[in-house]
Amino acid sequence: MSAGDARAIAAAVRSGARSARDVVEEHLARIAARDGELHAFTAVTGDRALAAADAVDRKVAEGIDPGPLAGVPVALKDNLCTRGVPTTCSSRILEGWVPPYDATVVTRLAAAGAIAVGKTNLDEFAMGSSTENSAFGPTRNPHDPSRVPGGSSGGSAAAVAAGFAPLALGSDTGGSIRQPAALCGVVGLKPTYGRVSRYGLVAFASSLDQVGPFGATVADTALAYDVIAGVDPLDATSIPDPVSATSAVLGEGVAGLRVGVIAELVGDRMGIAPDVLRATRRAADVLATAGATVEEVSVPSCVYGLSAYYVIAPAEASSNLARFDGVRFGMRVDAPTTLEMQRATRTAGFGPEVKRRIMLGTYALSAGYYDAYYGKALRVRTLLLREFAEAYERFDVLLSPTSPTTAFPFGAKTADPLTMYLNDVCTIPSNLTGHPALSVPFGVGDDGLPVGVQLLGPALAETTLFRAAAVLEAGR
Amino acid sequence: MPARISRQDVAHVARLALLDLDDDELDRATEQLGAVLDHVADIEALDLEGVPPTAHPLPLRNVFRADVVGSVLDRDEVLAAAPSAEDGRFRVPAVLGEEP
Repeated sequence: MSAGDARAIAAAVRSGARSARDVVEEHLARIAARDGELHAFTAVTGDRALAAADAVDRKVAEGIDPGPLAGVPVALKDNLCTRGVPTTCSSRILEGWVPPYDATVVTRLAAAGAIAVGKTNLDEFAMGSSTENSAFGPTRNPHDPSRVPGGSSGGSAAAVAAGFAPLALGSDTGGSIRQPAALCGVVGLKPTYGRVSRYGLVAFASSLDQVGPFGATVADTALAYDVIAGVDPLDATSIPDPVSATSAVLGEGVAGLRVGVIAELVGDRMGIAPDVLRATRRAADVLATAGATVEEVSVPSCVYGLSAYYVIAPAEASSNLARFDGVRFGMRVDAPTTLEMQRATRTAGFGPEVKRRIMLGTYALSAGYYDAYYGKALRVRTLLLREFAEAYERFDVLLSPTSPTTAFPFGAKTADPLTMYLNDVCTIPSNLTGHPALSVPFGVGDDGLPVGVQLLGPALAETTLFRAAAVLEAGR
Repeated sequence: MPARISRQDVAHVARLALLDLDDDELDRATEQLGAVLDHVADIEALDLEGVPPTAHPLPLRNVFRADVVGSVLDRDEVLAAAPSAEDGRFRVPAVLGEEP
């Protein structure tokens, strides 16, 4: 389904074999033909994209290299700030807000020659696992439009899967890149916390949020990662360590690599569907056949990650989302006094899931409950870090399912918030530890829809994850 | 750990968070937040005695930069994106004489 090949496009544009304008026009035509049905985008920025493409073509004509992503269309999750282009977080409360600056990742992509074609739909403020929480209506899964694309970066995953753009950016706080990547049959990486700048990412949970790439292939995803990774003076949490190009080592294979299958996430306790478990086992076999040693490893606190996350993330969100009060950004509901105006604006501007999480977080941080909830959750986080550190003494990479099931029908998990939260059980541990994790498509489930498997590594092990993912991609 | 959050607790928390809930929303929120908190209570099974908290995955230190003027946001552009502005500042309704 996906026709994206960012590497081939960039090579053709850099050599002058194909114009960036031609590439962009082709992708805009695909968007025009099918996004009415899929709704991957909250906004398509065609005129800007064509102007940027012409600028790339002028560089090529003048003998200047436009960069490693020359002429490659990219889709940007609509919680990444874009100067002069509305940024909504798929929330009413930000409707009409036009950021006065670009996110660093947006600047980096443009500097590498990439062409932003639009902003993609998400669960409001990235809170959700299906895009059903978007204030502007859900995105549909390109593989089966009666199913969700996953979330919260569902628009970005669907855009890549539908061939609207070979690359996209998302954000991942509890699985919001990896889970939609799995459900849409594309590759998605949550980099190490701090590896990619978050300047200009609208904050959800600041100790967990990370920006990362989607691609139709492992090689394309690695190319995008190489462009966006690295220290940023505008993000005090970004890591100063130099970035080694992952694209260069993709073909190195996994001979001698020590792979651990996380026992808790392939057991019968976590509600993982049998077809997803079979795919995960088969992925382990493919890695073993390619020369890796594969064993099961126990990370007992994985089971408690979900609980810790659903205290920590709402707690941080309740603080971060206090800034949306009708004073500086977006919409305002008029009222006689400021306090009434703020209350009326927040009440009208936030959707039900965002309100739920703000209240949950406010409660968890409130006097008398702080130690019982937030304090305990932070201690579980320490246990997880210790257990993963032990596991990485014996293993280079860990393997698990990405999502408990393939893409589910609309409305299947909206009746009760907890049912939706359980989608994140395999992805949350890496956010709590700050470690990198990647989802790579690996076969299909009993319903014929894509299954993703997850590769996890210690801090800054992105290169190893891409190497292993390339082997799974070739062997699926 | 209390098993469930009370309706009064939810009303209090909504007030702190500057959110208005009607009676139906209050009932639903009490039930839904209670269900999440019940699930979260599985942490009680862990022995966390002596385990220090981790607030953040990185060993963070203060980051300093040279004390020179850097690039700043354009004031007019910032104010143009606000709901209301006047004389180069954000404009809000009355703030004096309000009940908190």
